[in-house]
Amino acid sequence: MISINVNGENRQVDVPEDMPLLWVLRDELNMTGTKFGCGVAQCGACTVHVDGTSTRACQTPVGMLGPDSKVTTIEGVKGKAAQAVQAAWQKLDVVQCGYCQSGQIMSAVALLTDNQNPTDQDIDAAMDGNVCRCATYVRIRAAIKDAAQTMRA
Amino acid sequence: MLHHLIRQAARNGFAADLSLAPLSAPSRRGFLKAIGAGAGALVIGAHVPLPALAAEAAAKTVGPADPRPQLFVIVAPDNTVTVLAKHLDKGQGIVTGLATIVAEELDADWAQVRGAFAPADNKLYANHFFGIQGTGGSTAIANSWDELRMAGAAARAMLVAAAAARWNVPAGEVTVSKGVVRHAASNRSLTFGELAEEAAKLPVPQQVKLKDPKDYVLIGKPDLHRLDHISKTNGTAIFAMDIRRPDQVTAVLARSPRFGGTVKSVDDAAARKVPGVIEVVNLPVGVAVIAKNTWAAMKGREALTVTWDDAKAEMRGTDAMLADYRKLADQPGAVAAGKGDADKAFAEAAAKGGHVVEGDFVFPYLAHAPMEPLNAVVALTPEGGCTIWAGSQFQGVEQMVAAHILGCKPEQVKIETQWAGGSFGRRATTNADYIAEAVMIAKAYPKAPVHLVWTREDDIKGGRYRPLFLHRIKAAVDAKGALVAWKQRIVGQSFMAGTPFEAVMVKNGVDATMVEGASDMAYAVPNLAVDAHTVASPVTTLWWRSVGHTHTAYSKEVMIDRLAKAAGKDPVAFRLEMLKDHPRLAGVLKLAAEKAGWGQPMPQGKGRGVAVHESFNTYVAHVADVTVDAKGQVKVDRVVVAIDCGQVINPDIVKAQMEGGTGWGIGHALRGEITMTDGVVDQANFDSYLPMRMSDMPAVEVHIVPSGERPTGAGEPGVPTAAPAVANAVFSVTGQPQQTLPFSRGGIVS
Ligand code: FES
Ligand code: FES
Repeated sequence: MISINVNGENRQVDVPEDMPLLWVLRDELNMTGTKFGCGVAQCGACTVHVDGTSTRACQTPVGMLGPDSKVTTIEGVKGKAAQAVQAAWQKLDVVQCGYCQSGQIMSAVALLTDNQNPTDQDIDAAMDGNVCRCATYVRIRAAIKDAAQTMRA
Repeated sequence: MLHHLIRQAARNGFAADLSLAPLSAPSRRGFLKAIGAGAGALVIGAHVPLPALAAEAAAKTVGPADPRPQLFVIVAPDNTVTVLAKHLDKGQGIVTGLATIVAEELDADWAQVRGAFAPADNKLYANHFFGIQGTGGSTAIANSWDELRMAGAAARAMLVAAAAARWNVPAGEVTVSKGVVRHAASNRSLTFGELAEEAAKLPVPQQVKLKDPKDYVLIGKPDLHRLDHISKTNGTAIFAMDIRRPDQVTAVLARSPRFGGTVKSVDDAAARKVPGVIEVVNLPVGVAVIAKNTWAAMKGREALTVTWDDAKAEMRGTDAMLADYRKLADQPGAVAAGKGDADKAFAEAAAKGGHVVEGDFVFPYLAHAPMEPLNAVVALTPEGGCTIWAGSQFQGVEQMVAAHILGCKPEQVKIETQWAGGSFGRRATTNADYIAEAVMIAKAYPKAPVHLVWTREDDIKGGRYRPLFLHRIKAAVDAKGALVAWKQRIVGQSFMAGTPFEAVMVKNGVDATMVEGASDMAYAVPNLAVDAHTVASPVTTLWWRSVGHTHTAYSKEVMIDRLAKAAGKDPVAFRLEMLKDHPRLAGVLKLAAEKAGWGQPMPQGKGRGVAVHESFNTYVAHVADVTVDAKGQVKVDRVVVAIDCGQVINPDIVKAQMEGGTGWGIGHALRGEITMTDGVVDQANFDSYLPMRMSDMPAVEVHIVPSGERPTGAGEPGVPTAAPAVANAVFSVTGQPQQTLPFSRGGIVS
């Protein structure tokens, strides 16, 4: 049994230590908001926060998470940055197919938690790991700026 | 009639081994007209007796939860209005668009409107262009425009009649606005929900009056949110990948690394020992590993030892294939278009002070790589049928294929269509490929619902690519700079050949989807010769967002800029001279040019390029601005798009499709390519099949031509002109035409 903390709850899972957190969330805990897009840390669809840091769940063996690590997923993300980001995403109708968007939002929340006035270069650097095949990038950029403004207000 | 066709198609059946079996000819004809024939396609055969259909739908539409599935709209006592979409939403926003059409005629309040996917039913939910249920060819709005307006108007009339009866007043005195039914004189009002049950008992009106477009309050308005904008930002939207049925198991499939290869022998001993692996089954399509969860299934597959039989496999690499294409291009192909005498015109132009311009264009294989890897859940039913949960795009085909595999009736195959995480053409296959795989695995392992999951590697290596193409073009302007001749040869695979569509789509040896956008070139030219060579290979190919226009618009527009330069003419002015008979193309071209500031001098190292094209009856122009740095590296800075797609339902979604189409077109032009070495695909994942990312994306500005013409589509037409506009912008700086894609091949992007 491996014990992990997800969205503030302690969960026990009976899985091999090398199983990536992504599959623990999706297949063992039935938390499907975190998506599988590539499995090799190239697309960002599986982005979660581990102790507040943007992390690719597909490349995080569950056994590597310490008992004190706190995992936050799209289902549990809260706070000022999360609220501002989700509101901006909804205001600008960013989504198309939506499959990448959990990951986009988790990356954007991590960015804005650290930096409430990101430049275009900051946005490129923070978001380049998140692929959107629908190419919603124009609106993601606009929504991040909109959310940043909300947070600064 | 339709019923008969579907039955006939079902009887003809589909082969369980994934080779293609025939759809009935008449049903496929409608389908092909829409998908393949390009311009004009939406007009021909577009109409079924809609009043009958709308009435049939409306008859079951207003009322409390009706268990029958044949619905377009449900007005429920809880005051919600649910519009059932027979089309798949893979991001293009069609659920929102279709709901807007119904809500407008119904006079619903947008806040009470919901969207849901209709069940699979070829009788009620056929795409009128296809003759079966399916989504594609940017047809959804055009297809539904009449039937949904009528369904909405019929439902409205029934609500009005119910209120009039309740209040005992003439129906003519009852008004509806924002979901509230009113009688002004007596100051009474009721919600839709309060009237739903009574309205359901009333007869369906045989005649309905549709709104005058000037009275629209929802259609064409910019402030309507997408119906999925909240569920897709909080992780609650459910895709097929997220389906979790009780006791569900996960399967991955080992497929031949070479196209056309088959299983020779399997050693599954090690795979079976992987913790969590339940079963390994050998199927005609590969070796399936079934496990408790996805991770175990993937580990199990890694532990398999499969020997493949390559006797019928493609063993060439893409370089060798291209070399073969070049040889073929020296020979005349099957004629796709011909008028005048191009060769004579070239000789004349050369002799009399004109200019002849020639070039080969190379377009690589491209994968669709939708963000949600392909997957489907299949649960067998005790009666011998099954339920399929999938981002199903060709429900009509999938039902028949699944029924054939299971030996049941198509009606026994229930499809629960889910939000799809992208498609770009990939989910619309003529043999239901990945869904057929899932059904075969479920049949082999009937104990529990089976979730077949493709990994990204399966997807990138899995074929159904936009075909590799070679174009050879020769064109001439005369001494006055007028286009006098155009000769074009196209070499590539036909994804229609060898399918049931071949007989209809391939005419005189030419697949219409290979030459669309070239054989019907809009620019005025007195001498035109377009021909094609169809090449066969086991490499599987498929339509890919905007189909033939992905390559024909590119080579045409890049060549036009070379000709404009040879003629000493401005690229926009040169095009406009040749578009006198095409006012809508000229219209978008002028609009994009004006909004982009065409004609202003560009600073050193910056360039501006243009392209214009018609696809799927929609007209689009792109103007792109680029920076070329000292090292020759290109960055796309800004793109201005103009679109004319007739009456716009939701302008913000059209805008989003232009942004997305632009990203799709440019993104693949930058670095996208699938190559093969000795028949094995070189790319595996997003580290080698390089997608567009945030830092590549230019600013995009979209302008929509106001129009009262019948609505057409927006999902695909934003793609064709994006990349050639960028190429032409680079050409304006460097003088180097970009004729080999992707641009990374020419070293202008890293
Ligand atoms: S699934 Fe983890 S980065 Fe793509
Ligand atoms: S919205 Fe479709 S991949 Fe991003």
